[in-house]
Amino acid sequence: METILVLLHIDESGNLPRIAFEALGAACELRHGGNANFAIGIIGGDIESAAGKIGGCGATSFFGVSHPALEVSRYGTDLAALGALVEKVAPTLIVAPSTSRFARVLPGLAVRIGGQIDTHITSIDPGAEGDAVFAERWYYRQRMKAKFTRDARPWILVVDGGAFEPWKGETGSVALQMVSPWAEGGPGDNVTRTQVSGIETGESGTQTIRPDADLLFVAGAGWAKKQADGQTHVPKAEKLILGFLEGAKASLGSSKSLVDQSSEGQAVLTCLSHLNQVGQTGTTPRHQKGLATCCHGEEPHVVGWRFVQERRAVNLDANCGWARGKADVVYVADAFEVVEKLNDLLGV
Amino acid sequence: MTPFHIVVCGSLVPDPLQTLEPTLGPEGPGLKNEMMLPSVLDPWAGHALYEAASLATKHPESRVWLVSLGPKARLQQLMMSIAQKAKFELVAIDSSASGFIDAQSVARTLATAIDEIDGLDKNRLLLFGGCASASRDAGVTVQMVGELLGLTDQFLAVDELEARDDGSLRVLERIEGGKYLASTVRGAPAVVAWATGKLPEPPNNPQVGMQNMRTILPALQKAKAAIPNRNSIHYQEVAIPQQKRETRVVKDMSVDEIAREIADWIRG
Ligand SMILES: Cc1cc2nc3c(=O)[nH]c(=O)nc-3n(C[C@H](O)[C@H](O)[C@H](O)COP(=O)(O)OP(=O)(O)OC[C@H]3O[C@@H](n4cnc5c(N)ncnc54)[C@H](O)[C@@H]3O)c2cc1C
Repeated sequence: METILVLLHIDESGNLPRIAFEALGAACELRHGGNANFAIGIIGGDIESAAGKIGGCGATSFFGVSHPALEVSRYGTDLAALGALVEKVAPTLIVAPSTSRFARVLPGLAVRIGGQIDTHITSIDPGAEGDAVFAERWYYRQRMKAKFTRDARPWILVVDGGAFEPWKGETGSVALQMVSPWAEGGPGDNVTRTQVSGIETGESGTQTIRPDADLLFVAGAGWAKKQADGQTHVPKAEKLILGFLEGAKASLGSSKSLVDQSSEGQAVLTCLSHLNQVGQTGTTPRHQKGLATCCHGEEPHVVGWRFVQERRAVNLDANCGWARGKADVVYVADAFEVVEKLNDLLGV
Repeated sequence: MTPFHIVVCGSLVPDPLQTLEPTLGPEGPGLKNEMMLPSVLDPWAGHALYEAASLATKHPESRVWLVSLGPKARLQQLMMSIAQKAKFELVAIDSSASGFIDAQSVARTLATAIDEIDGLDKNRLLLFGGCASASRDAGVTVQMVGELLGLTDQFLAVDELEARDDGSLRVLERIEGGKYLASTVRGAPAVVAWATGKLPEPPNNPQVGMQNMRTILPALQKAKAAIPNRNSIHYQEVAIPQQKRETRVVKDMSVDEIAREIADWIRG
């Protein structure tokens, strides 16, 4: 019988992030109707109330490491805390959410506990009881998908956001058993050489990345190119795009060509940075819908759309990449005109 | 200013413009015609290399090593395209660069190779690499190498590293929602897994290329062979899911009609 440990952390506001509930949902799929030993481990500053939010998840025990040093995301202290939880529970399977905090520390945890790790898990097949557990993830930047298993334990499965049904259930007080990775004096100098000073917004000034938005709006290099009148219209493009984002409550993505222009010293859209880049060397965001504008739809860009379900594009070129089976609809039109009209309709 | 000893882990990946087709053989999965596919320097590792070279020029007497694990002949080809971009000393390991090999097996090989680098001062070590590869794309290798080398200050998806006069390093890491986490570590050693960074790809510099070639050729000659562990993961299936959509190409709608249709779709 497997012993499952779900590792979680709270965020800056003291709550469990949404993806924590998804990881919990994934772990519940592994439980074979409740037969496995099932423990929760939470790290953070004040974790009591967060533990209560998942009080009804059916875990046989709740462990926590609570310390002011864990109010921030830092490799050294996070690793010590997670290592202590693993030592306490001695799990065979560990399920954790793919947050930036855990993505940094869990590979090191795998080394330290002599375990295995797989990240970006999008699906888990628990099999029948006693059978091998299979997991799925993408390789070569979302270009092919593999289903695989491992014999060795402990095995850490880091689940991607948006791939699992979040756990929903009763809250309730839990008997949180505290674990301490450190002696009396708290974490030592060796794990606190790094001081976290805080969160900064991206250089683009306006916060344009909204992971929870239904719609992803992608701007391509065409917005900064010479248009029919032989001129570029970058300030106008910026105004139209920002207006649209506000009206449609959309998140802003970009092609590589457009964001690269800033490092190449051309006139640029100041609302964009490399953080907005979607694709092979950018992000693979999850949104229900995506609208590509002035973007050609080349393969290294489109692999970043793997998890965007409904796709439409506006492009002057009827033969652009989107038209070749990559989008549901391609409107052959001038994006400046279309977005201007759209903004009217959206009341911007 | 303190000189750094910067070790960049980075290898080759198939050119992203290539169509990839998986195969599943007795040795596990691979790519069709894998040895023939044109390859490029793994993009995020490339950013790490350019950032390393730039940091080294600002801190005289710093050294940069590029530790590359891949089939020797293909590493040699790769060197032709990157040797002129940044000054480095190559440490080559002859092994498979397949994305299907367990990251931990790769990390152990890399850590051993780094341990054996002649003249490397671990107190000055900055372990660089990409935050994820374009092959395995697991985002775990650099942290594992760091942990194996006993480095407890690690940063993932870094876009900016500022080495200050007092020896400390200020780092910006990408976190959720397009934001950055700012941290300062007292100094080397540290692990920095780069995202895009701040530098454009450097232009080719033939002089740098000539200098590099002096160490690249011997490094390739004495590249040790490493046999990857293919037994830890059992693949049941590898496939390219059918993803082609029936695209409706709309050519003769007015701008007003298009905007209305898109607005309805957004609201729907
Ligand atoms: C190693 C590597 C990694 C890469 N990684 C990425 C990545 O992560 N993300 C990425 O995006 N790319 C990536 N690329 C680059 C990719 O191959 C393309 O070059 C890039 O996506 C092109 O960007 P684009 O479509 O915005 O620009 P372009 O190809 O220049 O296309 C501009 C489009 O705008 C259209 N247009 C112009 N004006 C208008 C108008 N008024 N209305 C409507 N349409 C208009 C044009 O018809 C054209 O289709 C990578 C390439 C390599 C080699």
